[in-house]
Amino acid sequence: MHKQLNEKDFGTPERTSDREVTLEIDGMQVTVTAGTSIMRAAAEGGVNVPKLCATDSLEPFGSCRLCLVEIEGRRGFPASCTTPVEPGMKIRTQTPKLQSLRKGVMELYISDHPLDCLTCPANGNCELQDMAGVTGLREVRYGFDGENHLASKKDESNPYFTYDPSKCIVCNRCVRACEEIQGTYALTISGRGFDSRVSPGTDQSFMESDCVSCGACVQACPTATLQEKTVIAIGQAEHSVVTTCAYCGVGCAFKAEMKGNEVVRMTPYKDGQANEGHSCVKGRFAWGYATHQDRITKPMIRSKITDPWREVSWAEALDYAASEFKRIQKQHGRDSIGGIVSSRCTNEEGYLVQKLVRAAFGNNNVDTCARVCHSPTGYGLKQTLGESAGTQTFKSVEHSDVILVIGANPTDAHPVFASRMKKRLREGAKLIVIDPRKIELVSSPHIKAAFHLPLKPGTNVAMLSALAHVIVTEGLLHNSFIAERCEDRAFGQWRDFVSLPENSPEATQQITGVSADLVRGAARLYATGGNAAIYYGLGVTEHAQGSTSVMAIANLAMATGNIGREGVGVNPLRGQNNVQGSCDIGSFPHELPGYRHVSDSTTRHLFEQAWGVEIQPEPGLRIPNMFDAALDGSFKGLYCQGEDIVQSDPNTQHVTAALSAMECIVVQDIFLNETAMYAHVFLPGSSFLEKDGTFTNAERRISRVRRVMPPKAILADWEVTVQLSQRLGYPMNYKHPSEIMDEIARLTPTFHGVSYAKLEELGSIQWPCNDDAPLGTPIMHIDHFVRGKGRFIITQYVATDEKVTRKFPLILTTGRILSQYNVGAQTRRTENVQWHEQDLLEIHPHDAEDRGINDGGWVAIQSRSGETVLRAKLSERMQPGVVYTTFHFPESGANVITTDNSDWATNCPEYKVTAVQIKPVSEPSDWQQKYTRFSKAQQDLLDQARPGHA
Amino acid sequence: MDMENLIHMANKIGEFFESVPDREEALLGISGHIHNFWAPRMRSQLLECVDSANSEGLKPIVLEAIRAHRNNLLPRH
Ligand code: SF4
Ligand code: SF4
Ligand code: SF4
Ligand code: FES
Repeated sequence: MHKQLNEKDFGTPERTSDREVTLEIDGMQVTVTAGTSIMRAAAEGGVNVPKLCATDSLEPFGSCRLCLVEIEGRRGFPASCTTPVEPGMKIRTQTPKLQSLRKGVMELYISDHPLDCLTCPANGNCELQDMAGVTGLREVRYGFDGENHLASKKDESNPYFTYDPSKCIVCNRCVRACEEIQGTYALTISGRGFDSRVSPGTDQSFMESDCVSCGACVQACPTATLQEKTVIAIGQAEHSVVTTCAYCGVGCAFKAEMKGNEVVRMTPYKDGQANEGHSCVKGRFAWGYATHQDRITKPMIRSKITDPWREVSWAEALDYAASEFKRIQKQHGRDSIGGIVSSRCTNEEGYLVQKLVRAAFGNNNVDTCARVCHSPTGYGLKQTLGESAGTQTFKSVEHSDVILVIGANPTDAHPVFASRMKKRLREGAKLIVIDPRKIELVSSPHIKAAFHLPLKPGTNVAMLSALAHVIVTEGLLHNSFIAERCEDRAFGQWRDFVSLPENSPEATQQITGVSADLVRGAARLYATGGNAAIYYGLGVTEHAQGSTSVMAIANLAMATGNIGREGVGVNPLRGQNNVQGSCDIGSFPHELPGYRHVSDSTTRHLFEQAWGVEIQPEPGLRIPNMFDAALDGSFKGLYCQGEDIVQSDPNTQHVTAALSAMECIVVQDIFLNETAMYAHVFLPGSSFLEKDGTFTNAERRISRVRRVMPPKAILADWEVTVQLSQRLGYPMNYKHPSEIMDEIARLTPTFHGVSYAKLEELGSIQWPCNDDAPLGTPIMHIDHFVRGKGRFIITQYVATDEKVTRKFPLILTTGRILSQYNVGAQTRRTENVQWHEQDLLEIHPHDAEDRGINDGGWVAIQSRSGETVLRAKLSERMQPGVVYTTFHFPESGANVITTDNSDWATNCPEYKVTAVQIKPVSEPSDWQQKYTRFSKAQQDLLDQARPGHA
Repeated sequence: MDMENLIHMANKIGEFFESVPDREEALLGISGHIHNFWAPRMRSQLLECVDSANSEGLKPIVLEAIRAHRNNLLPRH
């Protein structure tokens, strides 16, 4: 979908109202929604009133006085951006008087503006330039020799954009964008009158200020004052293509603005339904990794991991991989190999990998990295509500009165959705945060949580049961909803269970560490505060009782009737871009696409007929089971697409031991990632800019990913899978990823109505999309639950085995930060490292003092799995007894520490709770020293394959 | 596969279903879960363990569930 470079700007935001207003603009009848500005009404009618300080992503401000109009029967010249329409108004947008007023305004602006249009980076895409043209400015009477800002110094501190105050017209759009859209409040107008200028923080540079580099101000700026450095370097784009961000589960739509095959900049797409024109630093700016020199673009093979890599042709690499897989199966049996689908890849790619495993390998040993993040969501929501997905659309948050955030840190991990949530909170919705850490939302500009329940890691279930206890015993249940919509017997059992005194906040206080009053207050607010929505993340799922917590969350929503309409619901915030999608398309070992169990013979026959093979009726191995099986010698070969299990899975030394015990590991990736260091075949992959396909975000929204440049490795990822399958004796015939989607749609009831043509038409589609819901389903479970009646499930708290002891007296919990993404393979190869160049261990000052640890000093962290060394960061955000780190850098070895404890139902690792001890040290751990040697050796083996490279 | 780990996993499943008020439902829940999510080689090994003298690591409810629904857990190929 090639788009015009700039979408139409209506000047002021769209309003919602049942009422319509008809007025006359320049003699033309125009009918618009009540509350619309005259400016927007004119634009909808096709008349573009000149403007500078207005743009339709922001509330009108009325400062530039360029948009003046005449209204019959009224004196003066009101600003059309700030004046709402009234019935019967007669407006004139162009008269000699208006013309001369506007010209005067422009003259003033231009007299303090460097007239270097020809060499300005915004040349051809500057609203000031446009307005000079529109107002017919021909001379500037004030001259340029008066006082001006032409010599003001640029702020180039941000790696991605420049602030050049000499070009600023003080329209305030950037300040408002930072407040209204992003919610960070990093910018102000400092100084008065002539001296006024935009300023980050208190006269700080952008990098020193609170700015999070979301780019909203740059997007809003009508001039070159705030300008992307890439545009300064290479000039304005000549075409653009709409695509989807490949980072987090928000799934923002972007326009890739291009010059030929080169990306000039990525700008958030205004009509993108997940992001509505907003972005974060990752999607907006951190795409440079796609052309990084570390990209590997030629296939490589080697027979042992101690051998140098050898660059070979695609044919040779694929022949070798296929022959190895066949040899292993012959020697060790059909079930001795498997595949891993990545949540970073497209639906179509994932579908093909699972198809290859089931049809060409002939087993069900396929899993996805969703195993290690949201598999409990799939399980827990299916058990209770009947569908393995979140219930709402992001927009739904605009109707929430109470927002409960548990085990999620949206401002860092789902920034664009966080901005939408913060907007609603600033409008007055109440916030409950359940998190061991004082996350940013708890208190941020103009937002203060009504309740923060800082529970001990690993006690979510006790906390959720205590909330339920209050709701039941204080008579706050939504009885009619429950009677009508839920299973009676299961409800009764659950009610009796949560009513037990052991589940009261007073009793669970011992477990959670949170005072009963707070819990009671939060429960009352959730149950009685109006539309209440729960948002949760990996702080819920990545626990020994992850699935139990998900079910407890669904119980709360059902008990209070907070499901099945806007503003409410159960909302898992998915980590990676396509976690939802990779689960939907059948990449779990026990399920065919659409969450249908392999033992279900009707579904199996459907796929057997379509694929022309027999499918095993038994579940295959999950990722952790694959490792165990590798260590006992029954699992020998792996096709791993786009996933870095060595860095991202827990207990690194267990994982690497398992991989070292295998005979053929095929890695398909864009970089030589940590897993590739254990591989025998490397198949170069494509970045999201090089592929056609779809991603499905956290709100079940399927969006197109569009190729803007050819694959660097010649073959697209899906073509590689097809060719491998061919060589395994199972030909697949597709000419384009759209045909893969057609097959998914044909075989999956919830996808029946999905096609690339429909995606083109609708922009994006939230599944289920079929004959019952031809346009998709924004809100689920409206009249009844997918499973019929909702099912309450008893959620008994069981303490994790990972208990603090004298040897390991602290709890380590892991998480993410804004600028880095997951294992960091992409973001570490961008300027985002300027915000986070290493993983740190956050520790409460008391715990640090007890151990003689200083801010910035090296500390060893030791668990029963292993030991690593990081620098300490003293932080009051932590509660005493709990330490925290991220896992964005391989050398940090955060997962050397995490254990192989996992969720009882899904084996999702318990990343969030590890008992550790820490102490000050002076050198890296043994593991780190070994890692450095190993990784250096692997780099040498790569360099030998590519002499002269790098 | 690592027997100790399989026993641990089975016990964790058992712990969850222990709170189900109806015992028969709990037993079915345990065996059903293992049937639905464990690959045949894992189930065979667990059954071997149940049949051997080394089953004392398993929680009573898990043992009971596996014994009651043994047929359901046998690999189908
Ligand atoms: S920096 Fe740009 S958006 Fe901000 S006030 Fe100046 S011209 Fe307006
Ligand atoms: S980049 Fe975003 S956070 Fe930074 S000043 Fe601009 S709008 Fe505010
Ligand atoms: S919020 Fe997520 S999807 Fe949106 S730009 Fe940021 S990383 Fe990309
Ligand atoms: S656009 Fe209306 S006052 Fe600036």
